[in-house]
Amino acid sequence: MQRLGPSAFILFSLTAALPAMGAVLPDDRADVMYHRYDGGGVTIDGPSLLVRKKFAEKYSVSANYYVDMVSSASIDVVTTASPYKEQRTQGSFGFDMLNGKTQYSLSYTNSDENDYTANTASFDLSQDMFGDLTTVSFGYSQGWDEVRKRGDSAFSESVDRRNYRLGLSQIVTPQLMLGFNYEVVTDEGYLNNPYRSVRYLDSSSANGYSYQPEVYPGTRTSNAIALNARYYLKYRAAVHGEYRYYTDTWGIDANMVEVGYTQPWRKQWIFEFDYRWYDQSAADFYSDLFPRADAQNFLARDKELSTFTSHMLSLGATYELPPLGWKFIERSTVNLFYDRVLYDYSDFRDVRKGGVPGTEPLYQFNADVFRIFVSGWF
Amino acid sequence: MVGIDRVCIALLVLALAGCSSVEPWVKPYERQNFADIIMAPDRNPVSTAYIDHVFEAREGARGASGSHGGGCGCN
Repeated sequence: MQRLGPSAFILFSLTAALPAMGAVLPDDRADVMYHRYDGGGVTIDGPSLLVRKKFAEKYSVSANYYVDMVSSASIDVVTTASPYKEQRTQGSFGFDMLNGKTQYSLSYTNSDENDYTANTASFDLSQDMFGDLTTVSFGYSQGWDEVRKRGDSAFSESVDRRNYRLGLSQIVTPQLMLGFNYEVVTDEGYLNNPYRSVRYLDSSSANGYSYQPEVYPGTRTSNAIALNARYYLKYRAAVHGEYRYYTDTWGIDANMVEVGYTQPWRKQWIFEFDYRWYDQSAADFYSDLFPRADAQNFLARDKELSTFTSHMLSLGATYELPPLGWKFIERSTVNLFYDRVLYDYSDFRDVRKGGVPGTEPLYQFNADVFRIFVSGWF
Repeated sequence: MVGIDRVCIALLVLALAGCSSVEPWVKPYERQNFADIIMAPDRNPVSTAYIDHVFEAREGARGASGSHGGGCGCN
């Protein structure tokens, strides 16, 4: 369960087929990627394969196979449980149809691991207008998750998820494109992690504190709004930026700012540089150390619900391979992306360091993220 | 969700109306920059989907991440 959440990724995969400017079906292509995340005692790696194919110039189908192989000895795990390994496998299928200036997309995804199964169906529609300068898109997803618990065969809970998406993409000048996205997500069901605990002051314990299971609300609704811009520089380069504001019924408010630069070099190379800043406040029911057991109705000590800031620096390189001489491959690229992320927590303490409860050093860690992939267009 | 539904319906009606009377102020022959691959909002969909997945797993926020939808199963 200390994994990259399945439902989130399902939705990303489901809607990845939608082009930002609508009315054009995605290119026929195949991608084979190896991904690796290494940080905070957690290593997650595996493959991702995507294939897309148009037919009759009006329809497009896509399939994605993705695996997370997780080896976790995170701070949560080493302080309250035992390190573990597990695997998540995900398959998704998509169908797109183009009708004039309108594109319809349907998708279905299944994700499975030993203690979590997620199924998601999605529908998206995009429409070009104003002489194709503007694209408006709508989307809806419905997810059904089943949460299980290792070592407890009787444990089975469900989660119902709904996503409502609205997007707008606008060409403003021959160099500038603006985008707007708004999304509401509602969850209902068992939303906490069956393995995670919160800690509370306990004078009868040798180290001054004890643990009890988390208790989360059974519902969560979030609103997120994002604005982005992409600008073409006349010497053939591009800059882009994005801002997102997020708020939810658990009391988390978050801001994200990202800026990036894309520079081609010679005919074969494209280099990318990116910086991303993210900041959030804690959930109302989060605490690193509760004053006593059962201190309130809802209890959380998940560091993803705490107050923290992260900084990410990204570098990317794409190299277009010389013609391979294969009839069915028009062109192909090799790509390497590396991200360095610093997570800096304001109210999550590193209990491994010891000391008086509530005064331990604040936790922080770095993560290295690699994406290596080959893309082919046919 | 009633408010959101109304907004969606209003925009859908606007979309279906076509709004074809609006004169495009950026002519088709002025849009070659947007055909350049470096202007593609999502040049590498597999890669973008993955890194967005990392963000949602490590952060409390979710959704509105461009063309990639959103949502969170990060319990």
